Parts: sequence; C-alpha cells; structure tokens
Amino acid sequence: MNCDEARQLLHAYVDDELDLATTLQIEKHLPGCPKCRKELEAAQVVRTAVAQPAVYYPAPSELRDRLTKAIRAETREISPSSRSITPWWRRPIAFSGLAASLLLVIGSMVLFAPTHAPSGQIDELVGSHVRSLGADHLMDVASTDQHTVKPWFTGKIDFSPPVVDLSGEGFPLIGGRLDYLEQKKVAALIYHRNKHIINLFIWPGETSPQKDVKQGFNLIRFECKGMVCWAVSDLNAVELQQFVELFKGQKPASTRN
Amino acid sequence: MSLHAATSKFESAVLEQLDAAHNLARWLMRNDEDAQDVVQESCMKALRSFDSFRGGDFRAWFLTIVRNTSFTWLRRNKNVHAGVADHSLEDGAEVAADCDIYDPQMIALRAGDADLVRRAIDALPDGLREAVVLREMEGLSYREIGKITGVPIGTVMSRLSRGRMQLQSLLVEMDQGQPEKSGTGGPPR
Repeated sequence: MNCDEARQLLHAYVDDELDLATTLQIEKHLPGCPKCRKELEAAQVVRTAVAQPAVYYPAPSELRDRLTKAIRAETREISPSSRSITPWWRRPIAFSGLAASLLLVIGSMVLFAPTHAPSGQIDELVGSHVRSLGADHLMDVASTDQHTVKPWFTGKIDFSPPVVDLSGEGFPLIGGRLDYLEQKKVAALIYHRNKHIINLFIWPGETSPQKDVKQGFNLIRFECKGMVCWAVSDLNAVELQQFVELFKGQKPASTRN
Repeated sequence: MSLHAATSKFESAVLEQLDAAHNLARWLMRNDEDAQDVVQESCMKALRSFDSFRGGDFRAWFLTIVRNTSFTWLRRNKNVHAGVADHSLEDGAEVAADCDIYDPQMIALRAGDADLVRRAIDALPDGLREAVVLREMEGLSYREIGKITGVPIGTVMSRLSRGRMQLQSLLVEMDQGQPEKSGTGGPPR
C-alpha cells in the first residue's frame, strides 16, 4: 500500500470501519511513514475537538416540555377513550378509509356505464359524502324511524323526500340531514350496511339511471317518486345496487305531516 | 399494543433521542429557532407515521426524519438566504493528496476553543457537516450514516475524511475570537 492509498483509508481506519485485511495493510504502512502518522494524529485531534461536550447542542428543556405537551395533545385527539364512547357510525373515517382502498380494487374490476352527470356534480356528491363522515356532521336528525325522519324535513325543504325503512333487508335507516348541492337544499338520508355508510341525496326532478365511481366511492343515480336520488357509499357496487333496488321497490312511508 | 401504550412508547423513545435530534437539526439549520421548529415538526411527522415504523433502529429512523425535514426547510428558505447560505453537498470534493498536513499540536491548541470549533464545523458544506456530526457527536457507524443521509458507505467514508481535513485547516487558519473569514464556504453569521 502506498502513501496516497493509505491516506484515503486513514479516516476509516480511525473509525474502525475497515476490514481486517485492509486494517493490517494500514498498520504495516504506518510505522515507515511519518506523513501518514502525522495525518492520523491530526485526524484524532479533530475527532476529539468535535466530540467535546461544549460543542454539542443538547435539546433545551423548554423544547422538551413543548414536545411532550404536543405529543400528548395530538394523541388525545385520536385516543382510544374518545373512540370508545363514540358510536361507530359517528366515526366511520377509520374503516371507511380501509373500505375505500379495498373498493378501489373492487371498483376497478366493475365496468360502469359511461357517466352522464357533470363531473362537478359527482365531485360535489363525493365531497358531501366525505364531509358527512367527519365528526358530528353525519346527521341532523338521528332516528331509525322513518316516521320521525320524514317529517323532520318539513319546513326545511320545499319537498317531501321518500323515506323507507330497509332494516329488514339489512340496510337500516339511521337518520337524515339537510345538505346543499349546487347551491340547492337537498335531503340526505343516511343508511348503513354493516360498517358502511350510505348517503342518499334526494331532490325533485327527473333523471335516468347512472353509475359512477370516484375516489373509491360508488355512486348510483336513479329516479324515485319524481325525485332525483343519488346513493353514495364506500360500499361495494353490487350491494349498493341492491340497496337502490330495495329503496325503489319499497313503499315510502305514509306522509304524516 | 393499544394506542395509548404505543404513544407512551413513542414519547419515551423520542425524548430519549431528543438531544441527538436537536443537535443534528441545530448543525444543519445553523440557528436555534429553526432547529427547534424542525425538531417539533419532525416529531409530529414521526408520531403520525409511527405505525409505519416496523421496529428496528428508532434513532436512525427518527434522525432520518429530522435530517430530511431540515433539508426541506433549507430548500424552502433558499431564496430568503440566496447567495448567502451554501447548501452544496459536494463542495470541496477533492481530497488533495498533497495538501498541507497541519501540525497536530497546533490543531490541539486551538481545539480547546469550543467557539472556534463550532465556527469551523459551521463552515463545512452541508454534506460534510452532517457526516461529521453524526459520526463524531452521535458515534454512528458508516452504515447508519449512509442510511440516514441516503448515500453509499463509500460516500460516507470520503465525506468524513474530507470533512476532517477541512476542519484541520479551518481550525488552524480561522481567526480566534473573530467571525470566520469569507471564502471558507460557510455563511456569515
């Protein structure tokens, strides 16, 4: 090993990062080379200089306190105790995320008819569905009773949406909400299927059947009792279609208002 | 493991590495306030992605986040300090085989001046500085340094040797008790 080679490896030698064979070569070279010995000594002095405690920047105690508080505050937001007192349908984000990603896969396997609704409307529907899953925004009226939900809309909107109970079919009604789509007030009914939330947006009008998939959510449009209805959910397309058929086939609740 | 248990595990792991995190951020940012902000941001990032940490070396994992957050900040603020800060990683790349070897006694004499040593380290290019800090102050192996800084072990080795050689000359040539002179590759302070 010549001097130039040795100098390239000297620092790795100081750091004990060389393999045994190379280490031995360096150690063979050093006694006969004052230049490399000097370099080695200089490297060790620099190491000691940099490693001295007075040069180090330990974390200030106020940073330590601040971080401890920040970690605990952040954790409280997602703490298990606050989860367990929240009914599952009030906190669907966690599993809907998983379900949504599963549905991206399922959705890509299902061939949908070409879309007709303007993409802006699809975006609004999905946006509204997602917002509804946020904390305390799912329902304005929480009831499994169609005779409570339907009259609730009276006076809030100028139409009476069909409300049906499908709990016998595995799609229980859980409530209703007033929502806005394209600057219009619309009715939103909330159903659930296992752990999936279905938002059914309803407003007066005529329409043709349509399906779409957006951001992993399935959307199905249909007409029912002179109303435009959009079902939006992370539920798979087959079961969502089943929901739509059941909804269309059922007699709406008799109007009590 | 419950979320609560995971969090208290995270908290103690982070607090244990807080000095290392702050030291690294402080050397990369070269100012107290930015260093603390970077550590806080890194800590929150780490907390949110803690479930993606699959065991192993927490220190290396956390320091990688701190290191990357620091460089994101430096890049973001590049325009603010345009023409001042030198964030090039490869500055002074060549190891001059025939460069002066400084007298170790002379270096040792000046190495006792912690302020001078700090200014000399500050004057190193970012890539050399982070390698030196991780090696000399945290005692990390070349492999760990390579993992944190995203370079091969050979690069770690050459950065360390260049870093130490530049430190030798900086320690000897910088004026004691004076702000470092220009032309050493470091920013004015």
